Amino acid sequence: MIILAPSLEIAVLVLGVLVLLFEMFADQIDKRTFAFAAMLGLATVFAASFFLAPSPTEAAQAGFWSFYTADPLAIFFKRFALVTTIFVLAMMIDYAPVVRDSIHAASPQAGLGEFFALPIFTCVGLMWMASAIDFVMIFVSLELVTMSFYILVAFMRRNSASLEAGVKYLILSALSTGFLVYGITWIFGVTGETNLARVSAALVNPAIETGPALFGMLLVLVALGFKIAAVPFQIWVPDVYQGAPTPVTAYLSVGSKAAGFVVLLRVLQPFLVMPQMERLLILVALGTLIYGNLAALPQTNLKRLLAYSSIAHAGYLLVGVVCLAGEAVAYYLVAYLLMTLLSFAVLVSVAKQTGENIEDFNGLAKRSPFLAFAMLIAMASLAGLPFTAGFLGKFYIFNAAVARQQTMLIVVGVITVACGFYYYFKVVRAMYWEAPAGDTPIPVSGLSRVAMVVMMAGIIFFGIYPQPVLDALRPSRDNAPLALKR
Amino acid sequence: MILLFVVLFPLAAALAILLGAPARKTALWSTGLTLGATLLLYFAFEAGQGGYQMVTSFPVSRDWNINFTLGLDGLSLMMLLLTALVTFAAVWFTGEIAEHRNAFYACLLFIGAGAMGAFASLDLFFFYAFHELALIPTFLLIGIWGTGNRQLAAWKITIYLATGSFILLLGLIMLYRAVPEAARSFDFRVLQKSAALIPASAQGNIFLILLLGFGILVSLFPFHTWAPEAYASAPAPAAMLHAGVLKKFGLYGLLRLALPLLPAGAQQYNMLLIYLLLGNLIYVGLVTIAQKRLDWMLGYSSVMHMGYIFLGIASGTLLGTSGAAVLIFAHGISIALLFALAGEIRQRTGTLVLEDLGGLGKLMPRAGLAFGLAAFASIGLPGFANFAGEVMVVFGTFRSGANPERFHIYQIATVLALWGVVISAVYMLRAYRAVFMGTIGESLGGVTDLRRSLRVPIGLLVVITLWFGFFPQSFVRLVTPTFKSYFAAKQ
Repeated sequence: MIILAPSLEIAVLVLGVLVLLFEMFADQIDKRTFAFAAMLGLATVFAASFFLAPSPTEAAQAGFWSFYTADPLAIFFKRFALVTTIFVLAMMIDYAPVVRDSIHAASPQAGLGEFFALPIFTCVGLMWMASAIDFVMIFVSLELVTMSFYILVAFMRRNSASLEAGVKYLILSALSTGFLVYGITWIFGVTGETNLARVSAALVNPAIETGPALFGMLLVLVALGFKIAAVPFQIWVPDVYQGAPTPVTAYLSVGSKAAGFVVLLRVLQPFLVMPQMERLLILVALGTLIYGNLAALPQTNLKRLLAYSSIAHAGYLLVGVVCLAGEAVAYYLVAYLLMTLLSFAVLVSVAKQTGENIEDFNGLAKRSPFLAFAMLIAMASLAGLPFTAGFLGKFYIFNAAVARQQTMLIVVGVITVACGFYYYFKVVRAMYWEAPAGDTPIPVSGLSRVAMVVMMAGIIFFGIYPQPVLDALRPSRDNAPLALKR
Repeated sequence: MILLFVVLFPLAAALAILLGAPARKTALWSTGLTLGATLLLYFAFEAGQGGYQMVTSFPVSRDWNINFTLGLDGLSLMMLLLTALVTFAAVWFTGEIAEHRNAFYACLLFIGAGAMGAFASLDLFFFYAFHELALIPTFLLIGIWGTGNRQLAAWKITIYLATGSFILLLGLIMLYRAVPEAARSFDFRVLQKSAALIPASAQGNIFLILLLGFGILVSLFPFHTWAPEAYASAPAPAAMLHAGVLKKFGLYGLLRLALPLLPAGAQQYNMLLIYLLLGNLIYVGLVTIAQKRLDWMLGYSSVMHMGYIFLGIASGTLLGTSGAAVLIFAHGISIALLFALAGEIRQRTGTLVLEDLGGLGKLMPRAGLAFGLAAFASIGLPGFANFAGEVMVVFGTFRSGANPERFHIYQIATVLALWGVVISAVYMLRAYRAVFMGTIGESLGGVTDLRRSLRVPIGLLVVITLWFGFFPQSFVRLVTPTFKSYFAAKQ
């Protein structure tokens, strides 16, 4: 069986529409059923992604294929988006009561259907973005993602924090979109192309002025910097992350960021040869590393801490981007997916009972050893201890930095890693050293228990045996998608 | 196969304990069996042969050519023996744990397993990763079951060790990348062969970073401040394992990697190392004399004695480096014994302030005898393994660069190091007098002696250190082939 790559997106889109439709007519059914159905559907699409037909070679990129590619990187991030969405939906099921309480609607189930359907549309956008090799396509898919996030962030409409987060996200995001469009017009004006490959071909042409093209690229970078939360476009992150419903925060920090990095990797390729661009990116990476890690040190609210930590990790990823280590960035993102979603999943379970502050985790090891252990693994991986995926991610990134002799980035990186140990271990300390506030165990639903076990296993498995991830990125013959072999 | 067992069995036991197996029984059995297996390795090992023996290897990452490779030479065999012995003794010495019994034993076993893995690995990646395995258990052991200002101590050791480890990681990556792409490998054996390809100009930087990373892990002056505090606060078994075994990882790393692979770099930074280690010997030695609590004094003394081992490493002679290896083993045993006894005393008297103690020799004769022997060993009295190691280090260093016309820095350092012996005699004997002699302290009425069963671990440790004190050759014969190849390659 051979499947064309775009049919994956189409399938997910159909799934989203179906969920919306059925949800409208099924008032009596428990709305969580739809989330389960969506997870199942996404899992099917995930399985189907292993039977893809190869996309045409670069020479034959015409018509549709000049907008869209199905190279290993694209397929890899499509799977990435699918897995993220599945985990986020699992988290949302657990979070549903909180949403219900903060909506105060007439019917007890009102709104939940959309809450489960919107992530599916975001997922389509993320998958599309992974394949986009044309500025127009990048813009459209980016907007699809952002639109659905507008609604999701402000979903708890009676909760002022969520509303504040929604407004902040809306305004700043719209602003960054403006920058993106403006930047694209500059690049188009100079080169006359929107396709990335042709843009880079045009840039080599000595008759073309690089100045305006660079300016356009700068504007595009502003927009992408907003998506990946790089300094100085990170101001929105803490408030939005803290105010948004926790599963949405997790989605924002993993899905949105990963897609931003894919686009960044693709867009930067023609420009990174210019030394100005490299210097600029080094500055951005340094700022992101320092700001994220230092600002995380004094945090007492775990959600906010994770927000700053996500800025910090954007810094490490940017180091990888500067060093042109696409593989390292991709591996780091996988590690980041697992450990961030795991910590958010534990947070959702614990916050329902106690709260979102680090204090509320006091003595968790006594109340529910399973949750504490899951959080311990997540924190160890975020800090970068060996035998976890987080360590290998940092290892690859630092390896790339050493290879390109980026001394400044290395020195700052080592210092910020040490900072990281402090703030991640603060959570460990709360869970294991402090006396518990109460002694009732914290209930964990079967579904999230399964999801947590899967993520823990993933963190440790990929931390010891990274080969499957590296293989998935490789276009070589012997480990290409199955369809190629025939 | 035995090697694989020795590395993985403690890990499996730790997991079993976490999942609810009877803690003390499982821990004792598993460490006992590991010790037995290590002894088997000792007898199966063919001394005199160069190179690594009993190599087993499993591929992990094709792209990066990372393999899970285990193997032994004399040096790593010695480290394994030390680890197995001290882990066994530490588990035996663990008394009643009020809460989280299972977690306590699991943490101990994790530290032991991490050390085992690090010393048996022939792959840079696992060498590093296994050592880091101990970081979280140490944090928890000190933070949960520690005494005194345990929180501060746990933070300090964790941040210091994490930073040191990351600097080390950087050094290892630089080392890996220093040779041309085709020759790159994580495998020690390949590294050793391709080391000649590392340009001398690059060696200096790599050596400095490795020295910094390993130095922080071994509490090289001036990065030593985490050690006394952590050891004073840690529960006795954790201090035994950390000061006795885990800290030696840095020294092992210098002997295993930095010396043979970067000879030019080592030469370049030898002066720096000697100045720093004199800081360990003299400055920290004087600080040790000023201590008013037994646990702090022992912590500082363990920092001070690292100076001798560094001196052996800096000496650049076969005799000196072999002495350093012997001293690593000897110090590991004696400091473990001292921390164990200090822990027992704290449990009975509730204090380790030297002024409040006194006359314990009458109440705890067995403890007094054992402490006396360990203190003598630690000072370096003839007959104990420490003496053999120190003598070799001192002679080796003195001979290095010897010139009848004038004293070189090596000779000056040797003379100062000999004063270090006097310093350690001063603080150890003063502590012994304050704790065990004189009139019995006011609050020490009903103090009882050690349990009879503790004779086993104490006897084991004392006999071993005496054995190697009288017959150091049984060890030296193991480790010199390793070092011989280093110095042969150099010329």
